[in-house]
Formats: sequence, structure tokens, C-alpha cells
Amino acid sequence: MEDNLIIKTEKLTKRFPMGKSEFTALKGIDLSLGTGEFAGLIGPSGSGKTTLLNIVGSLDTPSEGKVIVLDRSIGNLTAKEAARLRKEKLGFIFQNYNLLAVHTVYENVEFPLLLLHIAGTERKRMVLDALEWVGLTDKIKQKPPQLSGGECQRVAIARAMVKKPSIVLADEPTANLDAANSHNILQTMVKLNKELKTTFLFATHDEKVISYLKRKIYLLDGKLDKDETVSN
Amino acid sequence: MKLALKLAYKNLIGAGLRTWLNVIVLSFSFVLIIAAKGILVGWDRQAKLDMTNWEIGGGQYWNINYDPYDAFTLEDAHAPVPSQLGADIEAGDMIPVLIAQGTIYPEGRMQSILLKGIDPDQTILELPTRKLDTLVGATPVIIGSNMARANKLEVGDYVTIRWRDANGTFDATDICITEIFSTNVPTVDLAQVWLPMDSLQSMLLLSGEATLLTFRDREKPRDEIANWKLMSYKALVQDIEEMIKTKSVGQSIFYTILLLLALLAIFDTQVLSIFRRQKEIGTYVALGYTRREVVGLFTIEGGMHAVLAAVVGALYGIPLLIWFARTGITLGVTSADYGFAIADTMYPVYSGTLVIGTTLVVLLTTTIVSYWPSRKIARMNPTEALRGRLQ
Ligand SMILES: Nc1ncnc2c1ncn2[C@@H]1O[C@H](COP(=O)(O)OP(=O)(O)OP(=O)(O)O)[C@@H](O)[C@H]1O
Ligand SMILES: [Mg+2]
Repeated sequence: MEDNLIIKTEKLTKRFPMGKSEFTALKGIDLSLGTGEFAGLIGPSGSGKTTLLNIVGSLDTPSEGKVIVLDRSIGNLTAKEAARLRKEKLGFIFQNYNLLAVHTVYENVEFPLLLLHIAGTERKRMVLDALEWVGLTDKIKQKPPQLSGGECQRVAIARAMVKKPSIVLADEPTANLDAANSHNILQTMVKLNKELKTTFLFATHDEKVISYLKRKIYLLDGKLDKDETVSN
Repeated sequence: MKLALKLAYKNLIGAGLRTWLNVIVLSFSFVLIIAAKGILVGWDRQAKLDMTNWEIGGGQYWNINYDPYDAFTLEDAHAPVPSQLGADIEAGDMIPVLIAQGTIYPEGRMQSILLKGIDPDQTILELPTRKLDTLVGATPVIIGSNMARANKLEVGDYVTIRWRDANGTFDATDICITEIFSTNVPTVDLAQVWLPMDSLQSMLLLSGEATLLTFRDREKPRDEIANWKLMSYKALVQDIEEMIKTKSVGQSIFYTILLLLALLAIFDTQVLSIFRRQKEIGTYVALGYTRREVVGLFTIEGGMHAVLAAVVGALYGIPLLIWFARTGITLGVTSADYGFAIADTMYPVYSGTLVIGTTLVVLLTTTIVSYWPSRKIARMNPTEALRGRLQ
């Protein structure tokens, strides 16, 4: 386990300024994730799930403690280094999809590859592969406003997965989807986790998501509450 | 950079109507600046050309006492033509002009005029001096159309003039108008009568003398001559240049305001866009942009308004400007209002420098007003932006 460690936090504390005082959203989190895990942060609203996910995703920094992601210390990265980490190694999936509305499905998925300067034919093949994974090859010319919520989230998954990142961070990916779409998407992600060995870390309080997780990390009030690994 | 350009273009086009409104307003300033400047350049050129052809040639020597703004200097402003200029005059590359004050009596009224003597055979100026060679029952003279209109004179009319000769003695004679010419240069037209040089010299008892000498060649180096002032072409057209400069300032106030309005609209769009597109900004960061790079992206996007405006402006501006240049623009002012050469119809001239310069200025200012609000992105918290929670 130790040698394939991909995410590790030690005494991670995050404080936000709140007027004149401070609000502590994470209170000394110790957490380790190995490569290829399919794990989720579970907890009620305000428990700190998103905050933790954002720090792991180098979009935010810890106030105290250590966060190591892919052998990099998140607290010590420069803006450029953090951007590079996200660009090369991390995929994000958001509750509200965050697709680029003026771009087609194809272009949305292509975008991360353009940032990585991947050449034409190779790029095209990767985009089409990713769209195949999520079953959207027939919608490549459409734009996000013309798609259903489920389709949008599948585009978002394709965009997160197209560069085969080491880690995918998914914050409430099913919150805006109905049951059928939620299951469809989760099955897609389980499949990708198996085939590509991508590490998944969710933040959720959706029972449907929780039922798919291999590891359930419960947060309560900014602290680690329970950490269950599903045996099968 | 290529990706940023592509992205910026997509975003701009994607924004639809708002973009096109900004672009069209900006393109107005574009076309207007080029049109307005083109008119001034055309004016400047035409005025100088008219002056050259009708009055100053390639430059002049003035008698040391001569002051064109003070008619009373004329009494003393004459001297024998310097002998070293004889060859030039002989060759027809220089013409002496003698000027004196006089009075004309058309239909019993009287008006002060300038009597100007010039060689009928001269070829430097466009004045139809050949008509001074006409055989009539009095001294043949030519006058400009404004002078003719003001005094109700016509070709073939006989009229009396009066002057004082070199000894201060009054004398009078009849003249006959043999030609009326039309010119945009009021200083050879209004209150002036052109006579054959020989006639004027003998009327004034100033044989062989002149007030000024006009030469043909602008480039040829000229010697200083004692008691004569060398007036270069540049010095003689200085008044025009000054006037154009004044006009130019007035004009630029006008189109600067238009440009500012267009820039304000773009600034506004940028501010709004940064507020409305927080999630998009957050997404760029999540996908691996630094915030600085997003600032760059938004700046390019704003600056690209200018590129689109150049294209749109070209679509209607090029045909419009070409049409202007062909048909000219009638300004409804006359030379008399200004005291020097103005054609009734102005033909704008657009240079490459003008077009490229204007494009660069518009591009630069647009980019600056786009960058300004975009800097805010660099201070944005990406996690807050992703949630669209920034105020
Ligand atoms: N930028 C911030 N400034 C101040 N407080 C914040 C900030 N971000 C989060 N918080 C606070 O930290 C706590 C944890 O927030 P977080 O978003 O991580 O919760 P969450 O578990 O994701 O909740 P939800 O299920 O509602 O998404 C909340 O009380 C929230 O108000
Ligand atoms: Mg959350």
C-alpha cells in the first residue's frame, strides 16, 4: 500500500477568514489513498468535503499540515507548478458540469489535450476514445446547451478522463441528475477506474454514489469520522 | 498563444449580439478616424498644390522690406532684380513680380487693390498670363473670378485705375480685362489686378525692379542674396500646415470621444463578463491554466474586438472611403473664409501609414481597456469562482 500511495494528508487543517474571526473547515485530517482507489468523502452539508477535494486538487492550499499529491507538496507549489499538476495529472468533475458553452462536445473534450500540446491525429483518436467511453460519439458536433443534464455530465467525464489523469476528483457529480442517469454515469466511472486504473475521489452525500464506492470516508464537522473499505 | 486566439475568437463570436454591437461601434471610430484624417491630408495636399501652382512655385526671394500682411510696406519693397539671378530668369526658371498699391474705379465706385506686374511669357505659375499679351485699346490685365464678381467686372470691360509712381506722383490709366481666371488661391485673386511686368514698371517708374522673385525648382540649393530674403517652400506653406494642425486638434477631439465611447462599451463588457463568467474562469484554472494565463485570455478576447472591428470596418469602410476619394467632399466653405487655398470639393487621401497607424492605436487602446478589468481575475479565488460566488 505504502509504495503506491497517491494522496496523503497529515494533520490537514483549513481555516477560512470569517469577518474578524476564522472558521475552521478541516480540523487535522490524516488520510491516505492508494493508486486506483474508488473512494468517496461522505458527510452532511458543511462537513468539509469540497474543501478537502479542492486542496487535493491544488485549487486551494492547506492552512496547516501536509498534503502530498503525486509526490508533490500542495502547500509549497507555485501557481505555475500547481497549474501544471492539474493540467497533466488531475481531472475534475463538478456538480454543475462547467462545460464551455460556446464549444462543441468534441471541442470541450479536446480542450485538455490542446493544453498539453498533443498533436493532431493522436489528439483526435484520444477525443473519440473518450467520447466512446461515455457513449457520446453521436453528439460530437452539439453544444452543451443542446444536451440533457446526463449528457452534459458525460461530456464532463470524458473531458476529465481524456488525458488519462492519475486522479479524478468528482464533487457531487450526480447532484443534478435523475436516478437513471446517475447510475449510468457511475457505471461509466467504475468501468474507467477498472480499465485505466485511475484513482477516483468523490465528494457526495448521494446514496446512489455511496453504493458504488469501494471506500467510504466519512467526514463530520471537518474531522474524519469513519473510514470503511468495502470488501468483495 | 494560438490556442488563446482560437478560444478568444470562439468566446467572442459565442457572445453574439453584444460582441457585434461593440464591434460595430468600434468600427465606426475606425472608419471615421481614417476618413477624417484622410480629408485633412487631402486638404493639406491640395492646398499646397494650389499654392505651388498659382502663387509660390518652388519658393521665393522677397525684397527685404516686403511684408505680405502690411500693404504700406510696398512703397519701399522693391529693388533692381539681382544680377546673379539673370540666368535663371532668362531660362524661364524664375520670374520677377512687382507689386504696388493702387485704386480701381469700377462703375464709379472705388476699391483699393494690389497691382501685380508679371512676365506674360512665364510658365511657372498657372496664371493665364499669356492673355496679358492681347492687343487692346488700354493696358491688358487679368483678374480672378472672385475679384471679378465683387466688382461686377467681365472680360472686355474697360475700367480706370490710379496709383502713385516712385516719385509719389498720382497717375491714372484705363485697363482692359482680357481674362478672368478661376482659382482656389485667394491671395492671387481678391483685390488684385495682374498687369504685364513692363507696363507696371513703366507706370511706377521702376524699370528693372521687382518686389519678389518666384522660382520653379523646390530642391535646387539657393544662395542668400543681400537685401533679399530667401523664402523656402517650407516657410511659405507654413500657414497651411499650422491651420491643418489646428483643424486636426479639433477633429481629434470629436473622434476621440467616439473612440472613448466604444472603449467604454468594451470595458463594460469585460467587467460584466468577468463577473458572469466566474465558473468558466474557475474551469480554466481547474483544467490547468494559471490565473495569470486566464487574465491573458480575457485580455486577448477584449483586444480581439479591435481585430473584428477592423474587418467589419473594412467591409463597409473601404467602399465608402474609395467613394469619398473619387467624388470628393464638399465642405461648403470658400477660400475667402480662410484667406488661403481651399477647394470647393476636397479629395481625401488615405495613406498606408494612416490605416496601419489607426489600426494599431485602436488595437492597443482596446487591449488596454480589456486588460484593465481582467487583472481582477488574478486575485480571484478559483474555488469561489467555480461556485460562482464572487461578488
Ligand atoms: N471560502 C470560504 N470562506 C468561508 N467559509 C467557507 C469557504 N469555503 C467553505 N467554507 C465553509 O467551510 C465549511 C465546509 O464547506 P464545504 O464546501 O467543504 O462543505 P461540503 O461538505 O462540501 O458541503 P456541501 O455538501 O454543502 O457541498 C462550510 O461551513 C462552509 O461554509
Ligand atoms: Mg461541497
